[in-house]
Amino acid sequence: MHRDGDRYKTFSRRSIILFGGKIFLLSGLAGRMYYLQVVEAEKYKTLADENRISLKLLAPKRGRILDRFGRPMAVNQQNYRVLLIPENTKNIEFSLAQLGKIIPVSEHDVQRAKREIKRRRRFLPIILRENMAWNDVARIEVNAAEMPGITIDVGESRFYPNGSEAASVLGYVSGVSEKDLTGDPLLELPGFRIGKAGMEKVHDLALRGKSGTSQVEVNAFGRVIRELERREGLPGAEAWLAIDMELQKFVTKRLGGEAAAAVVMDVHTGEVLTLASTPTFDPNAFNRGLSQSEWKALASNPRSPLNNKAIAGQYSPGSTFKMVVALAALEKGIITPKSQFFCTGELELGDSTFHCWKKTGHGTMDLLAAITQSCDVYFYEIAKRTGIDRISAMARRLGMGQILDIELAGEQQGLMPTRAWKKKVKRVSWQQGETLLAGIGQGFILTTPLQLAVMTARLVNGGKAVTPHLTRQVVPFDAADPPPPSIPEFDTIGIHPPHLDLIKKAMAAVSNSPYGTAYRSRIKEPGFQLGGKTGTVQVRRISKAEREAGVKKNKDLEWRERDHALFVGYAPVKSPRYSIAVVVEHGGGGSSTAAPIAKDILLEVQRRDPSRGQANGSAAKRRAAPLTEVVKKG
Amino acid sequence: MDLSPFQQSDMSIGQRLWQINWSFVLLLGVTASVGFGMLYSAANGSFDPWASRQMIRFSAGVLLMLVVAVIDIHVWLRYAYAFYVVSLALLVVVEFSGSIGMGAQRWIDLGVFTIQPSELMKISIILLLARYFYASRLEDVGRISHVFLPVVLLAIPAVLVLRQPDLGTTILLVATGMVMLFLAGVRIWVFVVGAVATIGAVIPLWKFVLLDYQKQRLLTFIDPEKDPLGAGYHILQSKIALGSGGLFGKGFLEGSQSHLSFLPEKQTDFIFTMLAEEFGLVGGMALIGLYLLLFIYAFAISLRCRSQFGRLMGMGVSTSFFLNVFVNIAMVMGVVPVVGMPLPLISYGGTAMLSLMFSFGLLLCVYVHRDVQIGPGAADGN
Repeated sequence: MHRDGDRYKTFSRRSIILFGGKIFLLSGLAGRMYYLQVVEAEKYKTLADENRISLKLLAPKRGRILDRFGRPMAVNQQNYRVLLIPENTKNIEFSLAQLGKIIPVSEHDVQRAKREIKRRRRFLPIILRENMAWNDVARIEVNAAEMPGITIDVGESRFYPNGSEAASVLGYVSGVSEKDLTGDPLLELPGFRIGKAGMEKVHDLALRGKSGTSQVEVNAFGRVIRELERREGLPGAEAWLAIDMELQKFVTKRLGGEAAAAVVMDVHTGEVLTLASTPTFDPNAFNRGLSQSEWKALASNPRSPLNNKAIAGQYSPGSTFKMVVALAALEKGIITPKSQFFCTGELELGDSTFHCWKKTGHGTMDLLAAITQSCDVYFYEIAKRTGIDRISAMARRLGMGQILDIELAGEQQGLMPTRAWKKKVKRVSWQQGETLLAGIGQGFILTTPLQLAVMTARLVNGGKAVTPHLTRQVVPFDAADPPPPSIPEFDTIGIHPPHLDLIKKAMAAVSNSPYGTAYRSRIKEPGFQLGGKTGTVQVRRISKAEREAGVKKNKDLEWRERDHALFVGYAPVKSPRYSIAVVVEHGGGGSSTAAPIAKDILLEVQRRDPSRGQANGSAAKRRAAPLTEVVKKG
Repeated sequence: MDLSPFQQSDMSIGQRLWQINWSFVLLLGVTASVGFGMLYSAANGSFDPWASRQMIRFSAGVLLMLVVAVIDIHVWLRYAYAFYVVSLALLVVVEFSGSIGMGAQRWIDLGVFTIQPSELMKISIILLLARYFYASRLEDVGRISHVFLPVVLLAIPAVLVLRQPDLGTTILLVATGMVMLFLAGVRIWVFVVGAVATIGAVIPLWKFVLLDYQKQRLLTFIDPEKDPLGAGYHILQSKIALGSGGLFGKGFLEGSQSHLSFLPEKQTDFIFTMLAEEFGLVGGMALIGLYLLLFIYAFAISLRCRSQFGRLMGMGVSTSFFLNVFVNIAMVMGVVPVVGMPLPLISYGGTAMLSLMFSFGLLLCVYVHRDVQIGPGAADGN
């Protein structure tokens, strides 16, 4: 025992030192724990929440676009998608083969699915097919047990119930591209669509709504464990347009397959009831995603369906411009309503000969007769005396040669030439012959169908500077009833009223006098009569030789070489309410092609006028603001 | 019952069982139960697959511990070297034919179960050094020549384990060995010289022996946030789990870091983190308190023992146990590098549990034979 003494002493002493060391180390651990769990606890709690909580954006419902009677023009429809969730099936090929018995599944689909599976986590669904027909959805649901991993999911996608008929107004939505990104995370949601053209683009921000959020708990692999909190977004606002969808459909159908445009507007309020451009395209296809060949077909079509001709097509107005020339001449006192000129069928100016469309000549013409019969020589005479600058100025007052701000992108301003303009742009002086051409709406002058409709409206509404618009109201999605649209006040354009009355009278004669160029396209129903002006625009130069040999008839020419057919008009004659402009590219003659179309449209719009209690689609009228009210105040 | 020293060696099995420190066994049970609870939570509230198996292993471990405890302490003394030789042989075997587990070569598959020679070696080293120094007088120990052999015997397995590579176990082996040399009475200056020599050896070690992943672990340990998605991920997530637990924790089964898999290896190396996340500082300190009680018991048992063999063995076991606990907890808190070391009694794992209970068996054996005098030559069968 004693022999053990020293050894034991050393051992116990050193043991105690050692134990002290252990206590010291343990205290260190305790201190560290206190630091982490008490001092720094808040920081780590935040980090832990950042780990586990993932914020997902919920895409808001896109607001609807409605016509003036509340008929849906753009809505959201349920989009049934077929999804494959890889982790729910043991054999992906088997599941896809089973699905292949119901809907076609190509080898390409199988390969694509396999590629996606490799790239992503197995619990994330892969979209196999979108926009499924209900039949197929039902069959898949019934057979779900035989196809593990295949599920149906419902999303929302934009749908245009009237497809192509309103494409020029509505535009379309499409996926977000790189340059659309603004930093708004909503835009980065997969499958999110934004307005790319038309009213969808104009009101895009309002239609989008406010995104909701969903806080989900995720694990370290990103799998969603549960939803912690959900804040629903705010659906987008609804856009009520001035368009009458039924009329728009009628007009589009009436224009048929021609490369044409038609604009119908309320002459007092500027509301555009129809803005049609044909041929059209199916905006639903843009939302779905166009195939390469679909896109090529659209882009290479010579009748350019993607070009909104009603606002972006620039045409020489032809004889529809004659009212402008007449007003300019009257205003400057160059002519009086009684002034006469003699038409021999042509007018010589220097070395050039300017022909009237009527080879044999019209004989003695006053203003009323010259407009009714569209005598070219009469207008050569007064244009020569009035001068291009005055004609141009009058055209501007009537809305031409300028952007009218119809909201839609791509609107063109046309061209109203002046001496200064030519000097500046062409670097040569204005020729008098060019003034003569301007007198019959040809030469440099360019206008859009929209401008022509506005011009006509200003001619017949008492000389008010009405401007066109497409949107009535954009209201929150839950607004009980949309407030009645405000009635805009327009300034006068300062034209002497008797002059306007004379013009109106002349236009009425165009389609109601047996001598009128549009007499065949008159409206016979009492009270519905229309007034207007035809226009036929040459798109090629007629050589002297050809003229002598006899000018070819339009139907004998290539489509591209045929004349443009134009008509501007208003109705009813007694108290003008609607104005119209119709342009048919290479359509032949204004009186033969454009006037009948305009007649049918003006008849339809008056029949549909709800103030006469004849509008159909009564169910859709629920929230319509009555037109009559608008008229009274306008 | 007060038995005389000489009678004690002749105790029957029943008497020896009676002598066992049952309160220590109870304390082990309580601590292991904390582990069962955490494993139940780690499986998202299920006994399967971890908690139930751990219970079976602990039961087997207790049985093994009792068997080891009641074996005559002279047997352990006599076969200490043989035990060491067998362990060393097994270690050499894994070096050449061990199956690959967790990217490191550590196991021998015996069909029915696997053994991990490095775990055996932790016990063997304790037995070896206790055996070597049990009869040494202080004067002997004071001579450097007397210390040379045990250092070599310690270095051989240490290098083998390091080559597996298992840095954690290597450090544990060396540290335990050093502590035992210290307790045996080796002069302080030897340690100082040793320390200087070690620092001199670290540079070639860093350059030639340590694998890239080991170096990386050491480096990211210094600044884990630098690489939060790569090597520093484990430490960072562990600290987040700990810190977010706060004072009282998130509640049983409510640890978001653990249950959403942000915390890696939650049933093994990082189980302490999970406990501290779910029960907070209070829970973590309670477990450390339990460990402290176990350390005190082991300390007291060792000091109380009359034989130097028993004392050294007791302190060896206690030190090894302490180092295991300390390194693991320090590791999950980001105080020391992540070296891959389970938390004794709590972490899921069969071999570690059995070898730990084996060593506790030795500790209890020391307690049972606390009054037995072991004279020089006892190892040779006298």
